[in-house]
Amino acid sequence: MGMLSFLTGRTFPRGVHPPGLKESTRDQAIRRLPFAPRLVLPLAQHFGKPSRPVVKRHQEVVRGQVIAEADGFQSVPLHAPVTGVVEGIELMPTARGPKTEAILLRTLPGDSQAVRWSSPRDLSGLSREELIRAIQAAGLVGQGGAAFPTHLKYAVPEGHRVDTLVVNGCECEPYLTTDHRIMVEQAQEVLAGIRLALRAVGADQALIGVEDDKPDAIAALQAQIGPDDPIAVRKVKAKYPQGSEKMLIKALLKREVPSGGLPFQVGVVVNNAGTMAQLGRLLPLGEGLIERVITVAGPGVERPGNYRVPVGTPLRYLLEHVGFRGDDASHLILGGPMMGNTVSSLDVPVTKAVSGLVVLPQAQAGAVPEPIHPCIRCGRCVEACPVGLNPAELGRLAAKRRYETMQERFHLSDCFECGSCAYVCPANIPLVQYFRIAKALNRERLS
Amino acid sequence: MTPLQIELKTSPHVKQGGSVQQIMRNVVLALLPICAFSVYHFGLSALALMVVTTLTCVATEQLFNRLSRRPATVSDYSAVITGLLLALTLPPAFPLWMAALSGFIGIALGKSLFGGLGFNLFNPALIGRAFAQGAFPGAVSTWTLPGHPERFTEFLPSTLAVPFTTPAPVDAYTAATPLGMWKFQGEHADTWDLFTGMVAGSAGETSALLILVCGLYLIARRMMNWRIPAAVLGSAFVTAGAFYLLDPGHYPTPWFVLLSGGLMLGAFFMASDMVASPMTRSGLWLYGALIGFLTVIIRFFGGLPEGVMYAILLGNAASPLIDRFIQPRPYGTRKRRAS
Repeated sequence: MGMLSFLTGRTFPRGVHPPGLKESTRDQAIRRLPFAPRLVLPLAQHFGKPSRPVVKRHQEVVRGQVIAEADGFQSVPLHAPVTGVVEGIELMPTARGPKTEAILLRTLPGDSQAVRWSSPRDLSGLSREELIRAIQAAGLVGQGGAAFPTHLKYAVPEGHRVDTLVVNGCECEPYLTTDHRIMVEQAQEVLAGIRLALRAVGADQALIGVEDDKPDAIAALQAQIGPDDPIAVRKVKAKYPQGSEKMLIKALLKREVPSGGLPFQVGVVVNNAGTMAQLGRLLPLGEGLIERVITVAGPGVERPGNYRVPVGTPLRYLLEHVGFRGDDASHLILGGPMMGNTVSSLDVPVTKAVSGLVVLPQAQAGAVPEPIHPCIRCGRCVEACPVGLNPAELGRLAAKRRYETMQERFHLSDCFECGSCAYVCPANIPLVQYFRIAKALNRERLS
Repeated sequence: MTPLQIELKTSPHVKQGGSVQQIMRNVVLALLPICAFSVYHFGLSALALMVVTTLTCVATEQLFNRLSRRPATVSDYSAVITGLLLALTLPPAFPLWMAALSGFIGIALGKSLFGGLGFNLFNPALIGRAFAQGAFPGAVSTWTLPGHPERFTEFLPSTLAVPFTTPAPVDAYTAATPLGMWKFQGEHADTWDLFTGMVAGSAGETSALLILVCGLYLIARRMMNWRIPAAVLGSAFVTAGAFYLLDPGHYPTPWFVLLSGGLMLGAFFMASDMVASPMTRSGLWLYGALIGFLTVIIRFFGGLPEGVMYAILLGNAASPLIDRFIQPRPYGTRKRRAS
């Protein structure tokens, strides 16, 4: 590492190498599905305050129209993904568990479904603040999974300056190829988005980090970079979790975000490549975020691929259209298999930040749980943890319920639950699960 | 068709594969060629020794699991490893009753009383070996010449000693180890003989070549951390080399130090015990270096010709301390925590 990076490729210390499993989807063009007859649009699809509905039951809405507005600066608006009728605002199941308020929208079958709510405009005269407002108005949130409102990242706090915009095109989770396909097919929009983001954040340069297993994406992006663009593509080693923003900052800039801090503290803003494509496409048209690309893959899927679907499409509808092939018990994972959550209901919709649906049938998912052995201190987890924690020691303390010690002496809160430790553990200790419980109990104790 | 039943599970949903059992099974596998060579070398007595220690270790573990109402753990192979390793560190003609007792002590005091696999502070085989050293100093330092013509048809006389008696050494069978010859007679064994194993010694320690090959197998399969043997051997070589340069007439060559006695077996198969070694890379280097250094110091200045066993036990004892002071540096923090 370090001085040897020209030999090993840019990367971060430690990490793991799960099989990519991307073959079934990475070379296929993004496709569309018919619109679902009914969409479920949760008001809290993003980090921050939920949106405030501005439509009523039975109201007809047009594709692209604002149906819920931002509730202050820490929020984003929600746009109608289809032309249709509001059926109501009800409590609906979400991926994270508890039911939350959602707008139910019935699609009008005969309608053309063209976006009718656009107002193309010239963005060249806009100031930083105006750009940030426009980005908020587009309802844009991070497309990689965290759903952090994009405009909030660009509103850098007083006294800090961001010099580098890092664009995350790593996509290190097995199965997922959304960003890969977007970079290949929409390189122009990605670059347009980056140029706008550079202005909005006031950064000097943009670095696009792409893992070395996506040469076609690297070539497509490079072809779009103009001679005056302060933008460069940087190849990074394909390794998990390279797509974590802290690991990418380390690999590209050799900077470390302080423990418990945010990237702007080291002069960086990180955006997902998919977010940049949305920004580059929506902002000049004056449209809102109403659809996204999602990878549907795994052994339980008959026609795996990348699908562009309206936000709010229920998983049930998605599965019916890609062909479900699991046996009667399956794991439906939203996101990738390393960090994604299994969902408890097929009525859960695709939201703005859902990048993948991975279906693992019973056999593949290991329905018979492996026995848990005591820790043999093999040290594989220590060699795997990208954050440099000691998962074995944390696990030992968790078993003794010494949650405070885990935080005070072993930096528990720096764990972002990437799963590398549990992935390599030969004793099958559910380390990530232990850490989630410990964190939750520590939060409870502090509040 | 849509799924009828959905399973809920927490991430990660994929696993690398490989289990504790698989690691332990491969260690047993890697030990088998060494065992086979030992039987070829020393005959029936060595075979009986391995069978007795392995059976005792497994039975002891079983007994303690029963007594403490813990689930059976024989299937994790760790007791088998302890049994085989203990036999490999004992003289081939070691009385079987003493071997059985050492195996019992190794598992009972070295492992079960600590809470079983994963909780032991010391390598259980070496606890058994240390017990043998203390309780049966005569028998544990009576060595046999390899390649005795009747080794496949007859036991060495001391093997079958009546329990609770100490056999008198029979001169026709006894021989000195290369380390003993160096220590007490000032003679140097041939390096090639040491490398291939054509010398007297503990049942499984003699062939440096074979131990190297079997160890490299485990390293290649990523079931052993190469840093431990590298650190132990490297540190022993450097320490011995320094003494040799100071006074070549008095001290043996560093090659002799590496290849003689139990250093190779200890470095590859005992110091590398995951449970009793530190967890971090720098911790492992320190631990290995300590063991190599102590081995040479005990050999050169101690009363006994061999020092590997005590060096590793001391290394084991230092592991928790090393782990306390050497921890990885978490991302985004500056200083290493010392707490």
